[in-house]
Amino acid sequence: MVDVAAIELLGIDKRFGSVHANKNISLSVAKGSIHGIIGENGAGKSTLMSILYGFYQADSGEIRVSGKPVSIRDSQAAIAVGIGMVHQHFMLVENFTVLENLMLGAEGGAFLGRGADAARNELKRLEAEYGLDVDPDAVVEELPVGLQQRVEILKALYRGAEILILDEPTGVLTPSEADHLFKILEQLRDQGKTVLFITHKLREIMAVTDTVSVMRRGEMVATVKTKETSVEELAELMVGRRVLLRVEKQAANPGDVLLSVKNLTVKDGRGVVMVDNVSFDVRAGEITGIAGVAGNGQSELLEAIAGIRKPVSGEIYVNGELLTAANPAKLRDMGLAHIPEDRHHMGLVLPFEENENSMLGYHHDPLYGAGPFLDLEAIRKDAADKIEKYDIRPPDPRLKTANFSGGNQQKIVCAREIERDPKILIIGQPTRGVDIGAIEFIHRRIIEMRDAGKAVLLVSVELDEIRGLSDRVLVMFAGHVVGETAPDADEKTLGLMMAGIAA
Amino acid sequence: METFDIFISILGSTIRLSIPLIFTALAGLFSERAGVFDIGLEGKMLAGAFAAACVAYLTGSAFAGLGAAIVVSMIFSLIHGFASITSRGNQIVSGVALNFVAAGLAVVLGHAWFGQGGRTPTVANDARFQPITLPGVDMMRDVPFIGPIYANVISGNNLLTYLAFLAVPLSWWVLYRTRFGLRLRAVGENPGAVDTAGISVIWLRYRATLVAGFLCGFSGAYLAIAQSAAFINNMSAGKGYIALAALIFAKWKPVPVLFACLLFGFLDAFANFMQGKAVPGLGEVPVQIFQALPYVLTCVLLAGFIGVARPPKAGGVAYTKER
Amino acid sequence: MSTASVKLPNWINYGLMPLINLIVAFLISGLVIWLIGESPLEALDFMLRGALGSGEAIGFTLYYATSFIFTGLSVAIAFHAGLFNIGSEGQAYVGGLGAALVALALDHYVPWYVTMPFAILGAALFGAAWAFIPAWMQAKRGSHIVITTIMFNFIGAALMVYLLVNVLIVPGKMAPETRTFLPGGQLPKLDWLMAIFGMKLGAAPLNFSFIIALVMCVLIWLLIWRTKLGFEMRTLGVSPSAAIYAGVPYVRTVIIAMLLSGALAGMMALNPVLGASARLQVEFVGGAGFVGIAVSLMGRNHPLGIVLAAILFGLLYKGGDELSFERPAITRDMVMVIQGLVILFAGALEHMFRPAIVKIYTRFAKG
Repeated sequence: MVDVAAIELLGIDKRFGSVHANKNISLSVAKGSIHGIIGENGAGKSTLMSILYGFYQADSGEIRVSGKPVSIRDSQAAIAVGIGMVHQHFMLVENFTVLENLMLGAEGGAFLGRGADAARNELKRLEAEYGLDVDPDAVVEELPVGLQQRVEILKALYRGAEILILDEPTGVLTPSEADHLFKILEQLRDQGKTVLFITHKLREIMAVTDTVSVMRRGEMVATVKTKETSVEELAELMVGRRVLLRVEKQAANPGDVLLSVKNLTVKDGRGVVMVDNVSFDVRAGEITGIAGVAGNGQSELLEAIAGIRKPVSGEIYVNGELLTAANPAKLRDMGLAHIPEDRHHMGLVLPFEENENSMLGYHHDPLYGAGPFLDLEAIRKDAADKIEKYDIRPPDPRLKTANFSGGNQQKIVCAREIERDPKILIIGQPTRGVDIGAIEFIHRRIIEMRDAGKAVLLVSVELDEIRGLSDRVLVMFAGHVVGETAPDADEKTLGLMMAGIAA
Repeated sequence: METFDIFISILGSTIRLSIPLIFTALAGLFSERAGVFDIGLEGKMLAGAFAAACVAYLTGSAFAGLGAAIVVSMIFSLIHGFASITSRGNQIVSGVALNFVAAGLAVVLGHAWFGQGGRTPTVANDARFQPITLPGVDMMRDVPFIGPIYANVISGNNLLTYLAFLAVPLSWWVLYRTRFGLRLRAVGENPGAVDTAGISVIWLRYRATLVAGFLCGFSGAYLAIAQSAAFINNMSAGKGYIALAALIFAKWKPVPVLFACLLFGFLDAFANFMQGKAVPGLGEVPVQIFQALPYVLTCVLLAGFIGVARPPKAGGVAYTKER
Repeated sequence: MSTASVKLPNWINYGLMPLINLIVAFLISGLVIWLIGESPLEALDFMLRGALGSGEAIGFTLYYATSFIFTGLSVAIAFHAGLFNIGSEGQAYVGGLGAALVALALDHYVPWYVTMPFAILGAALFGAAWAFIPAWMQAKRGSHIVITTIMFNFIGAALMVYLLVNVLIVPGKMAPETRTFLPGGQLPKLDWLMAIFGMKLGAAPLNFSFIIALVMCVLIWLLIWRTKLGFEMRTLGVSPSAAIYAGVPYVRTVIIAMLLSGALAGMMALNPVLGASARLQVEFVGGAGFVGIAVSLMGRNHPLGIVLAAILFGLLYKGGDELSFERPAITRDMVMVIQGLVILFAGALEHMFRPAIVKIYTRFAKG
């Protein structure tokens, strides 16, 4: 009984409808350590942490804190057993002061006066102990993100957290802010706190953790000492040795530059620069792949090219014409088709009938009706043709789109974009949440597009997909294109580039 | 001296007309700062007025009337809470519905019980909130300037008037100096922050809407048994909506709410005063201009032409834990 | 919350659930009637006979329904684009001005069928104009359209009262209303329609606006489900992010949807102003704009559903008139109570019974 684990998870299992988010997860976190949990997006990390913080209930399994079984029914229970959480999206009230945010839920009495004095003193003590300086009377929304995060950490400490969970804490930070955060975490550990650090970034795991656990597709696949592992090993564990889908293809026959991006800079909704001065060309008859760990600016890059997100600066040329921040409809007219990353929020209107989604974005085409009218017969006929050609099941153009499976939904989007015979096709995560059969089908279609002389830009976090399809590979890291390789470059080189370690 | 008398008289009626607005706008303040939109302020006020008139008439007690107004108005709040917090229904639709129910029910019941076409019988004077003469009025009366203001504007109002003015600093204190207020303001901005702090979002929002009902009870009672002596069909006459406009105009803050209500009350008083009077050079200014002005001002504000009115961020949306 | 994801067949979603909500609203209304010492069943009998018992009764019912079809369509079309227009009341009021000005200008010179298209246009234009500013504020300035349309209801009311009291009033008269239009500025009564069914319209004000309303139903149905603009509006209403992806212009679509919504609300004025009273009066809208919200909700934003819901509310209005006439203890305001309860249960509490229905349904579907 020397080393009782701070937290122990035994056989945690959680499903959301048909999604098996956590499969029989067991984990032991040593007291006074920084324990990293790494995995790709959707691997189940956040769900697991939400269970630990009482946001969801596990379907089965047991949680032990300091050796004692606990039931964490809500956040209050989590706080009571000494668990604090720093959420990915800060749980701060933006127009409150730091002090008010600190006190929320721990006011120390019905009236604020005395509690506020106590909180102010406690804040001073915490600041002194951990070097977490912040002005208690500053309004949170006026603070830089790094300081807002500090407030989140202080909030947890203020509630007496012994175990601190940080969910993707560096997503919103600049590299130097992140380094500062790591120092704080180390200090917390040295003071005896336990830190659980969730991320999909390898560099951070290596930089700050003592132990690391790897999650993949809802499973906990390994737990290793950070000192005894390497970036390469972790990358492999994260991605897993998948059946490599070999795609038959001829050598590429590159032609003219059809899509050209020059010095593009894009910010996301929070104002963080996600794409930083990026330039590249995409040629006809060639698939240009963009590899990278999710969240390094690929999504924003795609959205900027597709006219959905207005770039801060830079130019986009489509077929030689300057079309920066053009309307998506105009870009479609110019022969640029876009298979978006997120079919549920962008590519499809789920409550619509299949045939309506089969023309979404192209509904002004006279093919679908003369003048202002829609010709339902033509639309349904067109949808039925695509359904047949793409083997979409069930073959019913009148069915609500939400009732199709993920793979078939993606085929609906692909059929719509590819069958327009565009000059340029930009694709984000073509096979996310898609079954094997559909993956093969979609891959073949993409190759066919290339062979037909189209310019294809492919963004995917699946390394196999990038390597299997692309003719050349650009690697994105922290908003930059950090390098270009051939698709058959070895996995290790690519992995290092994706981790931002070597170029 | 005559202009001074006019000034005093307009000031007096400004205060009388502002009181129901103040109570109602503060009610909206509590509800909306907690993230629950309340279009049903008008209905709650009306229901409260009816209850106050009925009970004051039957019991002969103004305080019993006030109590009844509060209870009835809070019942409406509970229904609104059930629809918009528990059932996650559309808050606007719920408010519209309750306005109809209140307006209809008051007349239906009133007519069935008293047979006067929806009016309640006149409430005896001692069952109403009577003007209170403050001490020293006779002594002060002859002091120039301050005297008449003290005697005719400050003194001689009923209890509810003084309570309304008291309610403003009290609301400020509750919102900014108590635990309940802190949590209430937080839940209207980011319910996630409240939830992760281990506080029940639902219970907090229910309490906020109940406070709204409580305050609307006062404005209802004021209409029926302070300002008048009976319930009259549709006696709130859109005051609930003006209060809503005042709340927005005050950018959802308690002290500005007082001034917005006084401004809108003044416009009303001034319109009454101007009725039938010609302005030199302009002729008679239509009273409707003054009636529309609160709404026009609020729209101008909403369009971002007078500063920025930032509504509570989580307003109008039922809370669901994100996946 | 596991029941939220269960799919129910259409007949439950569009048939059974609204019916249950409606029944609950009526049960509570019955309770109110019982509370004031009257018999709910007798009241129901009076209402039904009053609303459907004769050609005249039906004429009144359909007259009320006509107004509600217009305002219901008005709310529905905005809803399809994801906008909540609760300003139909004010837009209808101002629309009345447009219709009345046309009638006043033309009734001396031309027959009604020449006046009519201009009156429709006038009503629609004025209603649309009144919706334009809130629409612009929403699209360009992000001002919440619910609040701005409420404000515009009151501004519109003040404007109309001013015009009627000071400008349009017949000199020397007390009543704030325009002069009575000549037959050239009136819409004819639909005696022939009733005659087809062998009934007499009598004094009922059912007029040609009813036909216009039905035509608008068809046109709106066409617009929403058979045109590219309608497709864009629905896309924006269901998924704003997919609308951006599809290149649907946000500002333009919001403004067009609101202009159409305002135009339909404005056309409601044809019914009372040109059809029934042949003059513009204060408060002629009488809450029809708000009833439109209920009608649109009940009718699931579909023109056919809107016609049915409008007739239901028409029945309620005419039945309520009859009830208060037969049973003086129950005032006409009982209709307002029922209406409020219907909006509450069919609108705000529409999902209250869902979990229970899901449970029963899954048990039967599995068993």
